[in-house]
Amino acid sequence: MSASTEILLIAIVTAVACAIPGVFLVLRQMAMMSDAISHTVLLGIVLGFFAFQSLDSPWLIPAAAIMGVITVFLVEMFVNTRLVKEDAAIGIVFPALFSIAVILISRYASGVHLDSDAVLLGQLEFAFFDRSQLFGLDIAHALKVMGIILILNVILLLLFYKELKISTFDAGLAAALGFSPVLIHYGLMMMVSITAVGAFDAVGSILVVALMIAPAATGWLFTDRLDRMLIYAVVAAVLSAVGGFAMAIWFDTNMGGSMATMCGVVFIIALLTAPDRGLIAVALRRMRQRWEFSQTMLAIHLLNHEGTDAEEDECRVDHLWEHLRWQPDFAEQVIRYAEGHGVVRRQRGILNLTDEGRAIAEKAMVR
Amino acid sequence: MQALEVTDLTVAYQEKPVLWDIDLDVPEGILMAIVGPNGAGKTTLIKSILGLITPAAGNVLIYGKSYAAQRHLVGYVPQRGSVDWDFPTSVLDVVLMGRYGALGWFKRPSAADRQLAYDALEKVGMVDYASRQISQLSGGQQQRTFLARALVQDAKLYFMDEPFQGVDATTERAIIEILQNLREQGKTVIAVHHDLQTVQEYFDWVTLLNVRRIASGPVAEAFTPEKLRQAYGGRIAFLKEEKAAGD
Repeated sequence: MSASTEILLIAIVTAVACAIPGVFLVLRQMAMMSDAISHTVLLGIVLGFFAFQSLDSPWLIPAAAIMGVITVFLVEMFVNTRLVKEDAAIGIVFPALFSIAVILISRYASGVHLDSDAVLLGQLEFAFFDRSQLFGLDIAHALKVMGIILILNVILLLLFYKELKISTFDAGLAAALGFSPVLIHYGLMMMVSITAVGAFDAVGSILVVALMIAPAATGWLFTDRLDRMLIYAVVAAVLSAVGGFAMAIWFDTNMGGSMATMCGVVFIIALLTAPDRGLIAVALRRMRQRWEFSQTMLAIHLLNHEGTDAEEDECRVDHLWEHLRWQPDFAEQVIRYAEGHGVVRRQRGILNLTDEGRAIAEKAMVR
Repeated sequence: MQALEVTDLTVAYQEKPVLWDIDLDVPEGILMAIVGPNGAGKTTLIKSILGLITPAAGNVLIYGKSYAAQRHLVGYVPQRGSVDWDFPTSVLDVVLMGRYGALGWFKRPSAADRQLAYDALEKVGMVDYASRQISQLSGGQQQRTFLARALVQDAKLYFMDEPFQGVDATTERAIIEILQNLREQGKTVIAVHHDLQTVQEYFDWVTLLNVRRIASGPVAEAFTPEKLRQAYGGRIAFLKEEKAAGD
């Protein structure tokens, strides 16, 4: 495998691994909690490094995961006092733990690989040089770690899909039915922490949140079913990874930053173009509704005066705008629109309803 | 055997008592309303019976055993406002969640579960909405969906937290018919209720609650002007009998 293929593969695997727990974070309105976790796991890594004296120790991942769970626990403890709200509690806990990690690194570990650039932005572009063995295959260490995490996430998702769904939608019922929403909550937070540690190496602590939240939010724009939301989130994650990879090469810049940027770009494109819910679709629908509503108004007006003495006056094409209090230009456009749809006909300066137009007016008034 | 026995139940939030020493004896096959002013602890009572809140003291027995042992006998309809209706799921899927308890961990709902969910939707008149996204439902339709979800639990004892909240008159009639139907099948329904005007018409038992248990029993015995005044602190005076007496 060439270096660039392998780096692209790491990017994709990382993005997909993040998108899966991300869907549940978005649904639980815990986006900022993932930001907190992705920072505080650094403290876990640092403490793990002191304990095991190696950055390659597999124990660093559980150490970091435990720190993630401690973060959630501390935030909830503050919230439970009812003296601080959740956003403030997150704002207190995560910078505190993160800054302890930063101080520890600069004071005691400045000589090692844990430098602040790597921590903040990751170094995907150098991931190729850190090799590892897996079933006799020589692959990048980051690919091995993220691959294992991705597989773990998929297995947990498949095993606990139903439990995650019910405890996210209705924790009360989940508890009453004997599923422990607390256990599932902390399980999910564990999953987020482990994923964050792995993704951390690739994209750095600041950007993990982008990979977790943006693809999930993008997926939600396209569907209103949980299973499809997960699939669309994964698609958005892959697109962001590939796009970020291309962008980094094109501009010869940092890979993690490019990936996070593309997460945002993919989201914005989806926000604009998603069918049904996208901003463009909504604007078009509003516009069409406005024309349709005006056409219905016109039809009702014509029906009301059909065959009456005032018909000559009320239904004249050139005076219609006065009766309906429309701008003359607008009235003309509505008439054209209605003509185009076979709702009205002009006959010697008078507007007449077609049968279809009469049906439209009658139907609208019955409602 | 009693469907529900609550003895000496006390619940406190950080030393502030919400329920004081509640005793309840609920026989099988009745439709019981829990009424009381805001903050009386009605929802707390249901939640602590279902083990969602840990009481400071007291004991709850469902058909003679603890809730944990009798979970499969109990159906629960939480307040409609307690969930996020923007959640990406369909009506059928929400109803299927009622089967999750019977399924237990790991198992997925089967075609038979799906059929049960359709049947329940049929009963509440929502079968045409099965594949509808839940955020598109009206308040009454949401309530019917929740009711269908409780029906597929196929329980013997149902707890419903304000099943009539925010529904129109037609839906209210439809819901009460379903509840009465459950009673006719020998099931027991306990519902938090807000409208004192309809207690006598809809229910045959009532519990008046205001932190303490004011009264509990058949409507004719427990739903008296005196007890109501005790529960609501003299702030209400719109019972039909009372009006008649005053006129």
